[in-house]
Amino acid sequence: MRHPAFSVGIGCASAALLAMAWIWPWTRMPVITFLCYGMAALGLSVLMRAGQVSFGHAMYALIAGYGAAFTVRTFPGTDALIALAAGVASAVIVGVVVAAFVSRYRGIFFGMLNLGISMVFYSLAGKLYTWTGGTDGLRLERPPLLGMALDRGGFEWGMTLLALLLALLLGWVVQRYFRSSAGQIAIAIRVNETRLEYIGLSARAAMIEAYVISSALVGIGGALLALAQGLMTPEGGYWLRSGEYVFIAILGGAGHAIGAFLGAAVFELILLVGAAYFTAIWQMVLGVTLLIVIFFAPSGLVGRFRQFRPGRAAEDQES
Amino acid sequence: MNLDLLLLAAVDGLSYASLLFMIALGLTLICGVFGVINVAHGSFYAFGGYSAATVLAWLMPDDASVPLLVCALLCTAILVGGALGALLERGIMRRFQDRDPVLQLLVTFAVFMILENLQRMIWGSTPVNAGGLVGRMGTIELLGVTFMKYQLLLVPGIALASFFGLQCLLRYSITGRKLLAVIHHREVATALGIDAARMGLMTFALGGALGAVGGALSVPMTTFVPGVAADMVVTSFAVIATAGLGQITGALVASILIGQARALAVYTLPELEVVMPYLMMVLVLLIRPSGLFSVAEARRI
Repeated sequence: MRHPAFSVGIGCASAALLAMAWIWPWTRMPVITFLCYGMAALGLSVLMRAGQVSFGHAMYALIAGYGAAFTVRTFPGTDALIALAAGVASAVIVGVVVAAFVSRYRGIFFGMLNLGISMVFYSLAGKLYTWTGGTDGLRLERPPLLGMALDRGGFEWGMTLLALLLALLLGWVVQRYFRSSAGQIAIAIRVNETRLEYIGLSARAAMIEAYVISSALVGIGGALLALAQGLMTPEGGYWLRSGEYVFIAILGGAGHAIGAFLGAAVFELILLVGAAYFTAIWQMVLGVTLLIVIFFAPSGLVGRFRQFRPGRAAEDQES
Repeated sequence: MNLDLLLLAAVDGLSYASLLFMIALGLTLICGVFGVINVAHGSFYAFGGYSAATVLAWLMPDDASVPLLVCALLCTAILVGGALGALLERGIMRRFQDRDPVLQLLVTFAVFMILENLQRMIWGSTPVNAGGLVGRMGTIELLGVTFMKYQLLLVPGIALASFFGLQCLLRYSITGRKLLAVIHHREVATALGIDAARMGLMTFALGGALGAVGGALSVPMTTFVPGVAADMVVTSFAVIATAGLGQITGALVASILIGQARALAVYTLPELEVVMPYLMMVLVLLIRPSGLFSVAEARRI
């Protein structure tokens, strides 16, 4: 979608988000949550292009969140950006180690193995009370942002800006990756892995690459959210959270990087509206939405959109 | 660690393994026929447990006898689980039959969310338990240690009966043979004139009933709260992944392994209790990438 209208649209949407967050301070946290979920779902859609669904990726949000929280607690006064970097680095390190062996697995076993590993982390986070604070979680002091000690409103505003910048940047980078030869190899894993090996490319290397990218993306979302909320609980790594990420990625579609953010926006809207108007049945609404999306738009909102633009659809037909 | 403690752990592990097996059995059957991991299976478990507790709460004050109570418990669970399973297959899964397995998995995830919500609407979020039954069944002494009859005899008994019953059904009845044929190769089975759709409906009903019985059997021993479905279903994922998808005997062995490992952890390293099933699964999958009892699959180019 290298289309001027597309860039203008993204620009307008970002401006609208910022304006909203500036005028109504209460919308800042939902906006940050939306962007963080979007980045995490973007990580899932990287894997989804290779045809793999992980039901355990929330563990990278958990690891990155605790990484950031430990950094802030051990070195008081650390800048939020450094804490973020430390969190993401820990998620990537775990991601590399896990990728080394899960990259051999496909389909259901890939999903289950990730689920199993994530449940190990989740349970440990809940049990190792002395380090993680158990299920109550870790509370963290508000860190300075770019060297400025801010009050709550200012910090949330700063985090909103940071999240938006990161989301735009990562969306662009991931879209570049999707179009690169490495990204195309990932699609080939889904379409026909044996043929991929026959033309002399390593499916495993492509999987490792996609996996590490996805763990970094989920990690960024997780660490950012933990810093913005000032609280890190093991709940962030439960398998239902991983399921929500998958939900968002499916909802948006893996055809384009924007899909994850569209999906996250719809998800967050359902949650917000649900919390306000139908507290008792929000989960049911989510479930029904998911069913409808899978039934009518199996390739997500992005796929739905592309159907009406045949010229563009051809190049990403496979996605 | 002394011998009494070891025995206690073994019996705890046995009853936990039996429950786990009941749930994993349904899950692995559905997985064998449809090639889909049914996330909504956790809801079968929860619905079975909650409805059984409701029925027991009705019957309990009337001083009903123990066999009647057990019978009511099982019948409720079979009815509720069977109906839910059949409804799920007929109403939803059938419409997504030709989709990508990953999408089908997500369909079951969506159903899980809906059922989880329904369950909270019906039974609320107060903890539910039917411990009275365990008390009424009394205790038994084994090697000098006192055990609950319920835990030592009833639960493992029903699990074993289901295992052998299912094996007989699959081996010696026409329907069972047809089902095995569908599990083995759906397309060829259909070509041979087997109504795969009917088999699918049956499988889901049977799987649902098994899951619900698992829930009904655990409600006298544990307390049900919202979220119990999510916890149980991932543990049984671990069991069937360890066993190899669609493997019934494998599921038995894997549940015993995981049940005993968990019970040992409860008595020795309580921190690791919850982690145990997943650790076992990860270890097994690292050595045997498609589970303990998996059969080799042909490569399709």
